[in-house]
Amino acid sequence: MDEKRRVLELCVDAGETLLANGAEIYRAQQTMELIARSYGAGDFNAYVLTNGLFASMRIGDVEEHAAVRNTPRVSMNLGRISAVNALSREIVAGSLSVEEAFLRLAEIRAMRGYPGWLMAIATAVSAASFGYLMGGTILDAMAALPAGLAVGLFVLRLARTRAPLNKLVSNMLSAGVVALVSLLCVWMLGLVGLRCDLDMVIIGGIVSLMPGIALTNGIRDVANCDYLSGTIRAIDAVLIAAGIALGVGIVLRLAALLPGVRI
Amino acid sequence: MRELCAQCIVAFLATVSFAVLVNAPRSEFLCAGITGTAGWLVYCLCLRGGFSAVGAVFLAALALAFVSRIFAVARQCPATVFLISGIFALVPGAGVYYMAYYFIQGDNQAAFESGFGALQVAIALAVGIVLVMALPGRLFRVLAPGKQGRK
Repeated sequence: MDEKRRVLELCVDAGETLLANGAEIYRAQQTMELIARSYGAGDFNAYVLTNGLFASMRIGDVEEHAAVRNTPRVSMNLGRISAVNALSREIVAGSLSVEEAFLRLAEIRAMRGYPGWLMAIATAVSAASFGYLMGGTILDAMAALPAGLAVGLFVLRLARTRAPLNKLVSNMLSAGVVALVSLLCVWMLGLVGLRCDLDMVIIGGIVSLMPGIALTNGIRDVANCDYLSGTIRAIDAVLIAAGIALGVGIVLRLAALLPGVRI
Repeated sequence: MRELCAQCIVAFLATVSFAVLVNAPRSEFLCAGITGTAGWLVYCLCLRGGFSAVGAVFLAALALAFVSRIFAVARQCPATVFLISGIFALVPGAGVYYMAYYFIQGDNQAAFESGFGALQVAIALAVGIVLVMALPGRLFRVLAPGKQGRK
């Protein structure tokens, strides 16, 4: 009976790890069901949402055990998703005991992401390349580099604060940083006689914050009949976009008040 | 032609840097980059061929998801890893941003137009991906070179 209880815990922990690292709903659901079936738990049911999951398992004849996990904060980590996927394959192949699987899952949860400096550089490169792909010139792309670097560092700093900020506020601040640095860059390039398109620079800079993937995944959820999860993601996307637009809008409005600045 | 090459190189760079941002495994960077480049190439070619932006995104999503699934089997790694990294350049981030921006500026008409445009692009992307995801896994096991794939 304890053994069965552990299987249930393993299932929800694996599902929670998947959700918290940005996996699709159906993947979390399938993985949990696969693990439960591999350990011989027949009567297992799970209901998965974007920000939490519920599961229950019949243990013995009369008892039904339940478990709930809440995952309000999702940060993308494809490495962990891929590792959980490999783990579930091994479980299905029958080569792991429940306790061994717990150890492996703990290792996966402890997996570190890439170091901060690499993240900041990647943000800068993605900003520059996105500015170019959206139709900016090479100069626009170069101007987006410092904006991307600044927001990359700023987001890292925010992630390290002890009390995490409200999502709307943190996106507003990050986007404000992008707009500020972009304005400065464009202004300084203007001083040496180089003109670039402020819009392209800002769009490049904010690309790492933007909720396009949340929106697309939300629609994929709806197509998979996970209507509630799709709605949650869509609202999330709108909220993030509103935060970004507010941040950029406020900075541009304020800058327009300064003498000698034209936007 | 040179323009197209430049676009592809930048798309590769963009995809790999995004793969870093979403913590994709280091061993999959190259394949993720190729996936993203393939998607962007299809998108560019379709736009030049006179498709609308939504049509081009739809075809690009088909290509993207197809390549991701082939890599998924060949590399024994979930398709999401390639898909999420590769989709980056096509996603309607700018449209969502413009919607909120015009809304704050008080230009409701423009806000509605860009919001609706972003939604159309997102739907086209999602439908393309869902269609390819619904293809049977056996097909990709045949297509993927070398490795014996398992789900």
